[in-house]
Amino acid sequence: MAFAVLALARTRNLFAAVVLSGAYSFLMATVLVALDAVDVAMTEAAVGAGVSTVLLLGALHLCKSDEAKPAHRPWLPLSVSVATAALLVYGAMGLPDFADPQAPIHQHVAPRYLQNEVDVPNVVTAVLASFRGFDTLGEVTVVFTAGAGIIALLRRRKHKRAGDGQ
Amino acid sequence: MGNDLVLRVVGKLLIPFILMFALYVQFHGDFGPGGGFQAGVIFAAGIVFYALIFGLENARKVMPDWLVETMLAAGVLLYAGVGVAGLLLGGNFLDYFVLAHDPVHGQHRGIFWVEVGVAITVCGVMLKIFYMFASRGLAEDQK
Repeated sequence: MAFAVLALARTRNLFAAVVLSGAYSFLMATVLVALDAVDVAMTEAAVGAGVSTVLLLGALHLCKSDEAKPAHRPWLPLSVSVATAALLVYGAMGLPDFADPQAPIHQHVAPRYLQNEVDVPNVVTAVLASFRGFDTLGEVTVVFTAGAGIIALLRRRKHKRAGDGQ
Repeated sequence: MGNDLVLRVVGKLLIPFILMFALYVQFHGDFGPGGGFQAGVIFAAGIVFYALIFGLENARKVMPDWLVETMLAAGVLLYAGVGVAGLLLGGNFLDYFVLAHDPVHGQHRGIFWVEVGVAITVCGVMLKIFYMFASRGLAEDQK
């Protein structure tokens, strides 16, 4: 993964960048499988590596395939991102250990979820669809809004172009 | 890409199984990993794969634009409709306990329909975005 990221940062060819980010997504999916989050891994493999790679290739088809030379040196953005990363790593050291049963997140509402009063064997489904049904309704609405926005943006442009041609 | 024999044969072999796997993820989501979002995305990925190999026009015959656009809204409406059904049956919004005589069965029924709604909307949105981008590329080519 580190190799994929370094190559991604070095390359100037956007086609290579798209393929590398797809490979990165697949590696990320294997990491998620190792963390026992199979459903997230499925999403990552299908969306990150599959659909978004195809969409980026489609976008690449519409523009030049080489990245332009940056106009100035990247020292300021680089220092900002390194500082943020250092802060995040410092914060992560204060988190409880991985899979620690005494962690606060496992003491709050999780025991009630695990009592499984809706009797669905997959707890993730139970939490998403039942306990947090409002959240999921909001998420679906966000996805719907994204689709509607794409339709509104791209369709109008098509009409305009047809108008220009006349 | 459409003339590659290997791709065509492998695609023909794999696509039914991809779609089948999406349905499995959808309807087995109560027991195994997965659920509506994953199923919708996998289904859309199968259709996108088909469009890449056999061309956008053929994919549009399988999943026409009006169907995709209807799916976009139908999923959200189905989800919210489950909530309203709960209201009409005397519970709170998105309260599944009242959907059947037995509260636990009501939960199962509610979760099932909600997941179907999620899958329909996600699949519709993914396909719509793909169609939009891909058809723009085609329009540029013809120019």
